[in-house]
Amino acid sequence: MANTADIKVTADALDKATPKRHARKQDPIAILRWILLMAGGILMVMPIVYMISTSLKWPHEIYNLSIIPEEPTLDNYAYVLEDGRFYMWFLNSLIIATVTTVSAVLFDALVGYTLCKFQFRGRMIVFVAILSTLMIPTEMLVIPWYLMAKNFGWLDTYWGIMFPGIMTAFGTFLMKQFFESVPDDFLEAARIDGLNEFQIWWRVAMPMVKPALAALAIFIFLGNWTAFIWPLIVTNSPELYTLPVGLTTFSVEQSVQWELIMTGAALATIPTLIVFLIFQRFIIRGVVMAGLKG
Amino acid sequence: MIVATVTLSDLTKAYGKAEVLHGINLDVKDGEFVVLVGPSGCGKSTTLRMLAGLEEITSGEISIGDRVVNNLEPKERNIAMVFQNYAIYPHMSVRKNIGFGLHTSKMSKPEKEKRIDEVAAILGMTELLERKPSQLSGGQRQRVAIGRAMVRDPSVFLFDEPLSNLDAQLRTQMRLEIKKLHQRVGTTIIFVTHDQVEAMTLADRIVIMKDGYIQQVGTPSEVFLKPKNMFVAQFIGAPSMNMLKGTVEGDSVKLEAGPTIKMPHKADVKDITIGIRPSALTTAKEGQTPLMEGTVSLVEPLGTETLLYLDVGGHEVIASAPGRVHPQPGEKIALYADAEEIHMFDTNTQEALA
Ligand SMILES: Nc1ncnc2c1ncn2[C@@H]1O[C@H](COP(=O)(O)OP(=O)(O)OP(=O)(O)O)[C@@H](O)[C@H]1O
Ligand SMILES: [Mg+2]
Repeated sequence: MANTADIKVTADALDKATPKRHARKQDPIAILRWILLMAGGILMVMPIVYMISTSLKWPHEIYNLSIIPEEPTLDNYAYVLEDGRFYMWFLNSLIIATVTTVSAVLFDALVGYTLCKFQFRGRMIVFVAILSTLMIPTEMLVIPWYLMAKNFGWLDTYWGIMFPGIMTAFGTFLMKQFFESVPDDFLEAARIDGLNEFQIWWRVAMPMVKPALAALAIFIFLGNWTAFIWPLIVTNSPELYTLPVGLTTFSVEQSVQWELIMTGAALATIPTLIVFLIFQRFIIRGVVMAGLKG
Repeated sequence: MIVATVTLSDLTKAYGKAEVLHGINLDVKDGEFVVLVGPSGCGKSTTLRMLAGLEEITSGEISIGDRVVNNLEPKERNIAMVFQNYAIYPHMSVRKNIGFGLHTSKMSKPEKEKRIDEVAAILGMTELLERKPSQLSGGQRQRVAIGRAMVRDPSVFLFDEPLSNLDAQLRTQMRLEIKKLHQRVGTTIIFVTHDQVEAMTLADRIVIMKDGYIQQVGTPSEVFLKPKNMFVAQFIGAPSMNMLKGTVEGDSVKLEAGPTIKMPHKADVKDITIGIRPSALTTAKEGQTPLMEGTVSLVEPLGTETLLYLDVGGHEVIASAPGRVHPQPGEKIALYADAEEIHMFDTNTQEALA
């Protein structure tokens, strides 16, 4: 009950505040800013709108670029969902993205923590080496990855798809920076309380960087969920395709079946939304500060 | 019962080539409240952290009870530490935070809960046990940190400036609480602060440090009444002791500031600094032979007393007067101090002349 009252109060406050905002919009700089923001917004939303709109069109209609389909249909969804391959690829993607996310978040945090909180010989060299891999684009890494996978016999296996992402340089860097914000006092207090170094990391330091872990998990999950080039290269058998790779095979039949690709893509966005919804609630600021001086 | 004496012998600490502690020797008795005090960077925290096992010992020895602890892990030393930043875990309730101190204890769950409740009761935090740190005030957070340290019943408590993040009023209150706590539990406490008032009010014995050396160890009244050197004399007591340089002439000292003062006792050095605490330097009453005369430059009425900032031959001297006396700036005033309130120091060695 209290909540509804609160909401009402804020709504009232907003109403009162609105006229002022209108007044400010007259400012030409503000107008320009709004136009730019709108353009940016439209640019980002359009592909999604077209994806959904195309998924609702009949094949003959797809090159007609209208946003609203003439005769909307759910046939594409029925087709994709009845095709067993969709579930197989979906599951592949889900397994791969989940395993790599868990693994990368844990290892990135562990390495980032070590680089941040322990003094040891060669620490800077390790850090710089990890950072330098950030400057190399995926496209260039694909060849060494491929050679490596080939030599170890990892081609066309789950592990082959996953191994490059099992730990990430970006995540390590990000976590190291976040652990900098965890004061050493916490770790020392825990050390005196009798925790070993691993427990200090897991039970004291990790909970304090939860927002960073959540953000990293979202990034890594999205990155792996949408990864295309590497899974395409490393896999041969359709049973191992990930969803993005699998979806493109809808097009190798006589003509490109955009409506089916778009339907699959639209369905593929659902898990990313779920992951985002799960993790975003952890992204709250100021968790670390609460244990310190007030 | 564990005997919780603490002994530091010839303790040194070097970071790389830079030595920051140069041979610290200290004996802390069982149940004693010892305060390490000194200006920033003098090595108080370093000493405490070496005691806790958070910092390597470069040379020397630390014993707690009859055990040399040099190579023991912090958790094996049976100490507890309270940090300046409190360092209570933000993601855990007060109960969990306090209970964290029992992490390695072999108590059963109900025993642990009982112990947590006891500690919370001592600290007056029973109602706050289920709260998160973000829902506590600064003083309450510090109490949680103390609770986490107490819960384990350590043989020594280490405090590193635990009150310096609190506002003045709360600081005074927490100071009292810590003192009461010590009287109640009787555990050996080593407490670091750079605030001399805190040191004077809390300590059984004060250790005054400067630049990695111990300057003097003594009870609050010893260090106040018989400072060993000019540094201690000026560090303890506020406002600081007046220091006036002079040279010996017969059995008197001729001050650079002008006046000549009779030496309270003989000393065979030539350059002497005379020290008189502002509280001991008062306006001369009828029948008292004035020590010196000064021109009032500033008056600070504090209620029970009035502080006078005076100019004596170009040197600033602080004196005190009863609260109802309010001289005007520019007024000339005769000052008096008892002979036993006059300290003498060797200007060259800075040591007290006894
Ligand atoms: N990790 C370190 N590396 C190098 N020098 C250090 C390190 N930690 C402390 N020092 C030096 O050791 C000296 C003592 O430091 P310490 O922290 O013990 O001072 P402190 O007396 O606690 O001062 P404060 O009142 O400011 O806390 C200082 O000169 C400091 O610069
Ligand atoms: Mg310190």
